[in-house]
Amino acid sequence: MFTQILYLVSIGFLVISFAKDRKKTHAALVKALRAFLNILPDFATVLAIVGLVLTFLSPDTVAGLIGKKTGVFGMFITSIAGAITLIPGFVAFPLARSLLDKGAGIMQIAVFVSTLMMVGVVTLPLEIKYFGKKVAFLRNILAYLFSFVVAFIIGMVVA
Amino acid sequence: MLRTLKLLWTYKYFLLIVLVDLVILFLHPVTGREVFRHTYFNFAEMISVIPPIFLLLGLLDVWVPRETIIRYLGERSGILGVALSIFLGAAAAGPLYGAFPVAAVMMKKGAKFSNIMIFIGAWSTLKIPMFLFEMSALGIAFAVTRWIASVIGVILITLVIDRLVSRQEQAAIYQRQEEAYIK
Repeated sequence: MFTQILYLVSIGFLVISFAKDRKKTHAALVKALRAFLNILPDFATVLAIVGLVLTFLSPDTVAGLIGKKTGVFGMFITSIAGAITLIPGFVAFPLARSLLDKGAGIMQIAVFVSTLMMVGVVTLPLEIKYFGKKVAFLRNILAYLFSFVVAFIIGMVVA
Repeated sequence: MLRTLKLLWTYKYFLLIVLVDLVILFLHPVTGREVFRHTYFNFAEMISVIPPIFLLLGLLDVWVPRETIIRYLGERSGILGVALSIFLGAAAAGPLYGAFPVAAVMMKKGAKFSNIMIFIGAWSTLKIPMFLFEMSALGIAFAVTRWIASVIGVILITLVIDRLVSRQEQAAIYQRQEEAYIK
């Protein structure tokens, strides 16, 4: 749905651009392609790693790791799982829901969702490529720690 | 010939993983097929989201003057720049890796470092499409609490990073975009 909107918007802009200035549009397309080809080797590597890792760390495995009453230790496990895996939201949220229904704690799930979105261990090489080691590591470590804060807040508000 | 080898060499890590995948496929066909299925889905997802993002950033690069970005997202953009960075990140679609090339163009155009970090943070965890989905799956209280807490978190994280990364280091990161992007 939103991807479609993204397509519509970008194609709309492309048409306007083409109508206004063909040369500039050509330049834009060349730049877009070059930027893409420049980063494709790293992209491909990350996606291939994710494909490999996800096979051994399936949603079922993640579910098994958390258990029912796991406390802070469970939060630690879910945070690691969230930080490492790169599950798209449309898979992660239903998974989180089913885990909650199975009796997982709200804080364990909150820290999972937050780390999943904010921390990217597998995309780290890509992030380093753009921002360098220091910024990439700092951002991920801070986001990891912050995810626990979010979880405690959600634990207070929702539970 | 040399060109082909050079091209293959840039894909060395990727090819290495494919080799590992093939070994798994040979040793344990069921697991191997799973690996290839997952990898295929990842590439399919990437191919479906990435083209419009790169198209937009190409157009952005050609049409939006540096002055405009500096005015709205640059050193003196203030609170408006912060709000705009959150909005741009939250309005995005697609996984976090889509944010990096966009950030690169924004840096190239003179957006402030802290605004870039806010943009990345917003893209990672404040995306509106995801928020709507999260609300339906985990409840309004859960999603709204997480969203509000995360806005504050993204800003705090940015403040800490901005503090810990010196001006020179920031300048080096900006230089990196010039080299990687123009080439």
